[in-house]
Amino acid sequence: MKSIYRKLDWPLIICYLLLVAIGWLNIYSSIYSEEHNSILDFSQRYGMQFIWILSSFAIAAAILFAISPKVYSVLSPLIYVSVLFLLAAVLFLGTEVNGSNSWFVLGPVRFQPAEISKISTSLLLAYIMSRHNFRLSNMRDALLAAIILLVPMGLIIMEKETGSALVYAGFIFMFYREGLSGWLLAFGLMFILLFITTLAFSPLVSIIISLLAAAFLNGLFSHQTVRQTLVATAVALMLAYLPRIMLLEPFRFLQKTEPEYIAVAILLPVTIAATVYGVRKHFRHTKFVVLCFISAIIFIFSVNFIFDNILQPHQRARIENLLGIEEDLMGAGYNVHQSKIAIGSGGFWGKGFLNGTQTKFDFVPEQSTDFIFCTIGEEHGFAGSVAVILLYGFMIVRIILLSERQRNPFVRIYGYCVACCFFMHFFINIGMTIGLVPVIGIPLPFLSYGGSSLWSFTAMLFIFIRLDLERWK
Amino acid sequence: MNGKSQILIIGVVIVCLVLVTRLFFLQIVDEEYKISAENNAYKYITIYPVRGLILDRNGNILVSNKNSYDIMVTPVDLQPFDTAALCRIFSIKKEFVREKIAGYKKNRRKIGYQSVVFLKQVSEREYGVFLEQSYKFPGFSGVSKSMRDYPYNAGANLFGYTTEVSEEFLEKNPSYRMGDYVGASGLELSYESVLKGEKGYTIMQRDVHNRILSPLAGGAYDKDAVPGKDIVTTIDGELQQYGEYLMQNKIGSVVAIEPSSGEILSLISSPGIEISKIANISKYYNQIINDPLKPMFNRAVMSAYPPGSVFKIVNGLIGLQEGVITEESRFPCRGGYYYTPTRILRCHAHRSPLDFSHAIMMSCNAYFCYVLKGILENPEYGNMDESFTKWRDYVESMGFGKKLGSDFPAELGGTLPTADTYNKIYGRGSWKSSTVISLSIGQGEIGTTPLHLANLAATIANRGYYITPHLVKSIPDSTICERYTKRNYTAIDSKYFDPVVEGMYMAVNSRPGEGGTATRAKVEGLDICGKTGTAQNPHGKDNAVFICFAPRENPKIAVAVYIENAGFGGTWAAPVASLIVEKYLTGTITRPELEKYMAETNLIP
Repeated sequence: MKSIYRKLDWPLIICYLLLVAIGWLNIYSSIYSEEHNSILDFSQRYGMQFIWILSSFAIAAAILFAISPKVYSVLSPLIYVSVLFLLAAVLFLGTEVNGSNSWFVLGPVRFQPAEISKISTSLLLAYIMSRHNFRLSNMRDALLAAIILLVPMGLIIMEKETGSALVYAGFIFMFYREGLSGWLLAFGLMFILLFITTLAFSPLVSIIISLLAAAFLNGLFSHQTVRQTLVATAVALMLAYLPRIMLLEPFRFLQKTEPEYIAVAILLPVTIAATVYGVRKHFRHTKFVVLCFISAIIFIFSVNFIFDNILQPHQRARIENLLGIEEDLMGAGYNVHQSKIAIGSGGFWGKGFLNGTQTKFDFVPEQSTDFIFCTIGEEHGFAGSVAVILLYGFMIVRIILLSERQRNPFVRIYGYCVACCFFMHFFINIGMTIGLVPVIGIPLPFLSYGGSSLWSFTAMLFIFIRLDLERWK
Repeated sequence: MNGKSQILIIGVVIVCLVLVTRLFFLQIVDEEYKISAENNAYKYITIYPVRGLILDRNGNILVSNKNSYDIMVTPVDLQPFDTAALCRIFSIKKEFVREKIAGYKKNRRKIGYQSVVFLKQVSEREYGVFLEQSYKFPGFSGVSKSMRDYPYNAGANLFGYTTEVSEEFLEKNPSYRMGDYVGASGLELSYESVLKGEKGYTIMQRDVHNRILSPLAGGAYDKDAVPGKDIVTTIDGELQQYGEYLMQNKIGSVVAIEPSSGEILSLISSPGIEISKIANISKYYNQIINDPLKPMFNRAVMSAYPPGSVFKIVNGLIGLQEGVITEESRFPCRGGYYYTPTRILRCHAHRSPLDFSHAIMMSCNAYFCYVLKGILENPEYGNMDESFTKWRDYVESMGFGKKLGSDFPAELGGTLPTADTYNKIYGRGSWKSSTVISLSIGQGEIGTTPLHLANLAATIANRGYYITPHLVKSIPDSTICERYTKRNYTAIDSKYFDPVVEGMYMAVNSRPGEGGTATRAKVEGLDICGKTGTAQNPHGKDNAVFICFAPRENPKIAVAVYIENAGFGGTWAAPVASLIVEKYLTGTITRPELEKYMAETNLIP
């Protein structure tokens, strides 16, 4: 028993405890009122959160000391199927909360199967992918992994919890670690970038970016001298262009159209020359680059169609608001605007615990759940916000490092799944409160108010910590 | 350690850096969020600027500001108070107070912590008494507001009014806020951007319990209000007031222009909005809107009146220019003009035949029928369409049938028919000069505003050009529009104006019995030149019209007077115009009986 204590990964546990404590205090602050000033007042959310925290500790303890770690790999198919069943059942038996159909309500307890499906999916993926004959490059194996991921994702989308479903997209990083080509990841990111620039600026800007990328790639696969010139052109233009793309306030003045035509005028001949040269010399990758470039162009011209016809109106509004296409401070942009004011007014040191003026009186809706980061930003300022970001960054990097140390691929893959989930929640949630990401209603792990999310994040983390112990055997 | 995991770790670090950078901009670099108006930590108290003054051409104040006092109430702070005492202070009824309080209770959710107006514009004395006793009425407070004041007691329609912005207006003009006032008509509207000034604010800090503490950073972020700029108008305050005095109990308009500059000296529409009501127009709005005499309707620039015989001058000038007549041309008048062997356009009794100047002087209808016939049947042009269009071009070159382009917002263009107008009515080719013959004497399909007529008088005074009439002489830090200094030449040669001026001079200054139509306008030594008109009004008695300028050489003033349902132009409009001219040129009145008679006669049917 004593040896277990020593072998437990204390940095992760301390990180976890700190985050839970910060969350609890900030929930208290965000709904604090004179009448209910005891943090243990159970009629208030902070009192309830205390109960959720205690029960989470119980779950953590059970996972560490009571449940055999073998269960997770052996029973993962069973767990996965039962959670799928719950996900399907909630569609029919669930109660609608805030427009989504994903909650079971049992008396005072609300529970969202989507939360635990992250664990079950992670476990099954780890189980399947750690079998010694599994290869991602094998079409059948890759398809199996994709199905495991997409089925719960689809059910969650049907429950109108698009935000939670989006978290599953984060598993691509785990696949990347397990053998997925880096190019695929790069193209994924590239297409997101093209989507944003097409909407925020114009298709022309996106074409420039595609040209840049094509020039860059052509250079990458060429001879030394060609490579140097192309990479130099591309990097120079990219650097000159970066401020525009970053949407930072101080660079707004750069947003004119003329530089774009100049950029196209420089890039187009360079890219064409490099491509022709590549074809002449029979470079292996030239065709591949041309193919990618064409698909990028097709994508650019279908962005508006996707945006107008596939996305839901509220999603469209949130994206338009984020990109500054349409400012609707009373409607779609209200939350983010209020949240930015709250965080922005915090300054360096913040206004102090319980002294936030913005985050009281319900100015920011969802204050204690999805927008909990506002309270931190306002009351604890830049210093407090950075501290929280550092805690998350440390936790995610720590999980990756620990995963890499595993001999058992099951634990490594599971570890990566945990890291991916935490990363997605962390980035999307904080990103949305400061206006970097469209509003997507998902909780900030360990900080946001809510029993089922705290339980499932705790379980997810402690299963990993427990599995990590196996390393010592 | 695998290469891919390193890339992923680097990715995590980059994302963290992006978030931190963004937070750095949001929380440290960008001040906007710290003093945002929506930040509950601060209360923005608006400081309203003083609206700019409106001065007359001599620097006299036409429109200024005075303080008015509103009594406000903050319903949540109300405590039981002595209703009777409050009623005594403001001389109001107890029921009024009860009703108000009941209203607040009903709307308490909507009102919240805000203050609402309890009584508008109480007198300074009442306000003083209230301040002494205000400790007895918790929740009540007084605010001082700026309100328009009119030292000249004239020019309500000209200056226009300001009103609280409406919701539609706010949607179109996001720089305004609820509760702001904006010019809604007249000069207040035209020069809103000059007069309004800029609002300022004080930022007060507020704690988490919503208590107001102190100004933020000692007022470092506060902004002072910038007062509105004063405008100097071309109006002569005395003349405006005098004209309104003469026009009382009459429906019509007087417009006076300085010919050499196009500056409007007075712009009167009667009956107008009463000056005592305009500062607080919302209170009287329904009453004014429902007045059958339409005081809101600015006749001087909006109504399309038939010009009557005054328009003979225009036709005469075109005839001379086109060469269809000369100064010496004489036409017979046998009690009128027979445009078919049996149909006659009647004329009054006078000598016949007359030459051009005498035809103007005696306003012979037949003469100008022959002139218009000559113009329209001019063999130089192939058909009626062409000759009529030519005629129309001449008329338009004298400013008719279009907005002159003054800086008065409500200006309208009157009506001037085109050949197509008649083609539509009668069919192409089936109308002749006789069809449109009433245009020769300013009747029929033509409509002119009094401003058009005054502009015609100014054009004649200038012998052939006009400067677009305008109302503002100077605005600080900006120059007057070029349009208001440029000469607009008519299509008539300057030399043809001389016989017109001669005719107009004789019309006023001929000896009694010689047949001059406007001898009542004669003032010794002022050399007034004028032309009368008596325009048919389908709704009752004829309208009296008169245009004039004076003196004959180097004219200083051109006037148009239009009085509805008054009768002969020479009898009613001419004396009014001559009094205006006399007042402006000499500053005194030599004919007090005439003045009294004109001012006191009620010509409203």
